[in-house]
Amino acid sequence: MEHTALVLLELGAVILGLGILSAVAGRFGISPIPLYLLAGLGFGIGGLAPLEAAEGFIDIGADIGVVLLLFTLGLEYTAAELFGTLRKGAPIGLLDIVLNASPGVAVGLLLGWGPVAALVLGGVTLVTSSGVTAKVLNDLGWLGNRETPTVLSILVMEDLVMAFYLPIVTTLLAGLALAQASIGLAVAAAAVTVALIIAAKFGGIVEKFLASPSNEVLVLKVLGLILLVAGLAERVHVSMAVGAFLVGITLSGELAHSAREILDPLKDVFAAIFFVYFGLQTNPADLPPVLAIAAALAVVGIGTKLVTGLVAAKRAGVGKIGAWRAGVLLIPRGEFSIVIAGLAVAVPGMASQLGPLVAAYVLILVVVGPLAARVVEPVAKWFIKRRRRPPAVAPAG
Amino acid sequence: MDVERTALPGIGLRYEFQTQRGRRMGVVTHRSGRREVVIYDPDDPDSTTECVVLSGEEANVLAELLGGARIVERLAELERQAVGLVSRQVRIHSGSPYDGRALADTQARTRTGASIVAVVRHGEVIASPRPDFRFEAGDVVVVIGTEDGTSAVETLLANG
Repeated sequence: MEHTALVLLELGAVILGLGILSAVAGRFGISPIPLYLLAGLGFGIGGLAPLEAAEGFIDIGADIGVVLLLFTLGLEYTAAELFGTLRKGAPIGLLDIVLNASPGVAVGLLLGWGPVAALVLGGVTLVTSSGVTAKVLNDLGWLGNRETPTVLSILVMEDLVMAFYLPIVTTLLAGLALAQASIGLAVAAAAVTVALIIAAKFGGIVEKFLASPSNEVLVLKVLGLILLVAGLAERVHVSMAVGAFLVGITLSGELAHSAREILDPLKDVFAAIFFVYFGLQTNPADLPPVLAIAAALAVVGIGTKLVTGLVAAKRAGVGKIGAWRAGVLLIPRGEFSIVIAGLAVAVPGMASQLGPLVAAYVLILVVVGPLAARVVEPVAKWFIKRRRRPPAVAPAG
Repeated sequence: MDVERTALPGIGLRYEFQTQRGRRMGVVTHRSGRREVVIYDPDDPDSTTECVVLSGEEANVLAELLGGARIVERLAELERQAVGLVSRQVRIHSGSPYDGRALADTQARTRTGASIVAVVRHGEVIASPRPDFRFEAGDVVVVIGTEDGTSAVETLLANG
């Protein structure tokens, strides 16, 4: 009885606190993710008020949070959209990967954390937060702009890359021997491909099974299916996140719409718990030593995304200001970077500074990205004008 | 007129076109039913200067306002194209024998050869009203036919 009371008190305090933080974030028009992370840092190991009783629930809740986050991300896209974008934008996708994963990989190797940690950091620096970027696009009324489809297709491609990247990382993190790992990788690649084909060709059958006019039936069936597939995917080292993402892609149309509506509140709760959980596992005392590296990585990360955006927009025939907007829109890193790092920090023997480094990195970019989007237009205009102005000293002759 | 359609993955679709006077505008349709009307910067065709967010209901009202006017315009155009064919707008007065009665009761087409193609009620256009449509005083009935036919409908609706 005593224990139950304690669990409820702690959970209630945490969730209420998150609600207030989310309200504050909304007041200032910023993403609540950095505040959730900070809250986690405050409650966790070495924090102000460590949680003890509620940890078991938060532990599981965080996993469900990842699964629901990825499921709703998958819901946003149809299989046709994914394949269509891939066909048209593959070169840009490749450029995006090379430019933006390299800094993370390089830092991982330079710090001597080993190849697997380097691969994890590469993923962290690569993926733009599609949630934050979509919100910025909506808030600033930029959906009509010429560069928007280009930006969105880069986001889609990154998410698709993740569907193959996460199984690879999960397998490697499981510490399997090389031969075993390569079998695992083959299984993962096959599973993802088969699931995408099922999504493209037989999505209708799945939808027929799930569809119901009753919200109660729908929420139970959909949630059950997501957890089942996620568990199955985790069991064969494909990563639960990818399993959930694939379920999301399979659903489309009316069913996707109602599934999103009924699962969104659930996702909000568990995703917030996930961000807190990541913060919980990070000791605030570990942050200062990695802050300099994180800041340097963030500066490089801003630069590489700007270049990606500029090149992609120019290729699509967008003018200079639009190209700058495209670059800035790609800066925010968020939920996905944390998801990738979350997989890694749970593994024993992983460099203990990885978690704090990623937390600091995301904290910087998730705040800087949306702010930069608000000032990019005047800055870009000024920059372009300055370059157009003739040099002060007239050349001789 | 060319309407350019662009897919916005994860969001919906965007339609844009250029007006005759050189302004570009577009509509973003979200899967959630939300609509945005965007107007492009005349100096920078990549950027939007205005972005008006409409709920599903507001978008419907806007469409009706634009669409209703279009129907009347199209009628006028039809009239110009087909020589001898005229359209006439007839108001149902409160003393009319058809106030409260169904369109089928008028037997307008059989009796006059002209057709009732639309009714304007409270500023809204009801295109192609069905036979069981009931007139109300104040309705404006749009009739198409020959000169004689349409004036016969006018008399019919006024006096029975």
